[in-house]
Amino acid sequence: MTTHVSVLANPGFVPPGPADFQLPDIFNGNQVLLTKSSLLLVLAAVLVFVGFYATSRRGAVVPGKLQYAGEAAYSWVRDSIGRDIIGERDFIKYVPLLVSLFFFVLVNNLFGIVPILQFAPFSRAGFAYGLAGLVWIIYNGVGVARHGLLGYLKLQTVPGGVPTWILPLLIPLEFLSNLLIRPVTLSLRLFANMFAGHLLLLLFATGGDYLLLHATGPLVKPAGVLSFVMGIAVGFLEFIVEVLQAYVFVLLTATYISGALASEH
Amino acid sequence: MASGGSLNMIGYGLAAVGPGIGIGLIFAAYINGTARQPEMQSRLQPIAILGFALAEALAIIGIALAFVLK
Repeated sequence: MTTHVSVLANPGFVPPGPADFQLPDIFNGNQVLLTKSSLLLVLAAVLVFVGFYATSRRGAVVPGKLQYAGEAAYSWVRDSIGRDIIGERDFIKYVPLLVSLFFFVLVNNLFGIVPILQFAPFSRAGFAYGLAGLVWIIYNGVGVARHGLLGYLKLQTVPGGVPTWILPLLIPLEFLSNLLIRPVTLSLRLFANMFAGHLLLLLFATGGDYLLLHATGPLVKPAGVLSFVMGIAVGFLEFIVEVLQAYVFVLLTATYISGALASEH
Repeated sequence: MASGGSLNMIGYGLAAVGPGIGIGLIFAAYINGTARQPEMQSRLQPIAILGFALAEALAIIGIALAFVLK
């Protein structure tokens, strides 16, 4: 009981929380116009553009090492996401979207474990909302252009092969899940994975620092070392999660486009 | 015994059990399928990842609500 009181009286360790993600404005303005995360977003776009421009600039018939790497990256997304999901008939029109989305999200996510940068912009929900909104507009637009508004609504909300009496129950559910919940989960998935990963790294780093340097008591030093070791292990886990989330984001985008293009069931 | 913190996090921990079991089942089926028919691996992989993403959405909604609801 006494230890508890002393802990409450002296809150030495402040666990990291959502407030740690609210980065200050670079020019110290009252309105948040330019933060580290928006700069990183621009940097990622520039990096992806420069990377693909450099690898495809020469366009040699027999590719060099650099061009080969660029073409391998491009054709991996084209074949394993575009062709396999959207289908042979009209995948090629969406390959530029899928490739640029994949590498944009991937580079942004990898910023989370690059030393010095160390912040994944998509751990702020607003950026993820923007990207998912873009995807939502594209797949709905593509569907409406292909089937007409009523035909598209019917495609998305009336599942085939079910008895008629259950349709009044299914149509609102399908409308909700296919047109309203999809962009929400698409953005929240990306955001929450980046957010949780960054929070874990913050927790182990600040916790290890506190245990090693500030805390007193038996066993705090070994616990601090353990915390840093766990932080490094979580860093490797983060790498896997970051690549996987970029893949999942683009895979789902391709699935939504393919669903919007599908002919009648 | 006074204690700080939010009960939301305990609720979120409970809510994450369901998606956890679901994701386990999905990958168990994926590994099983690949072990029985290794040549199907490239066909099964996007399906498994898609199922994983859909099951994970439940946990994602949970963590969003755990921070939002007061």
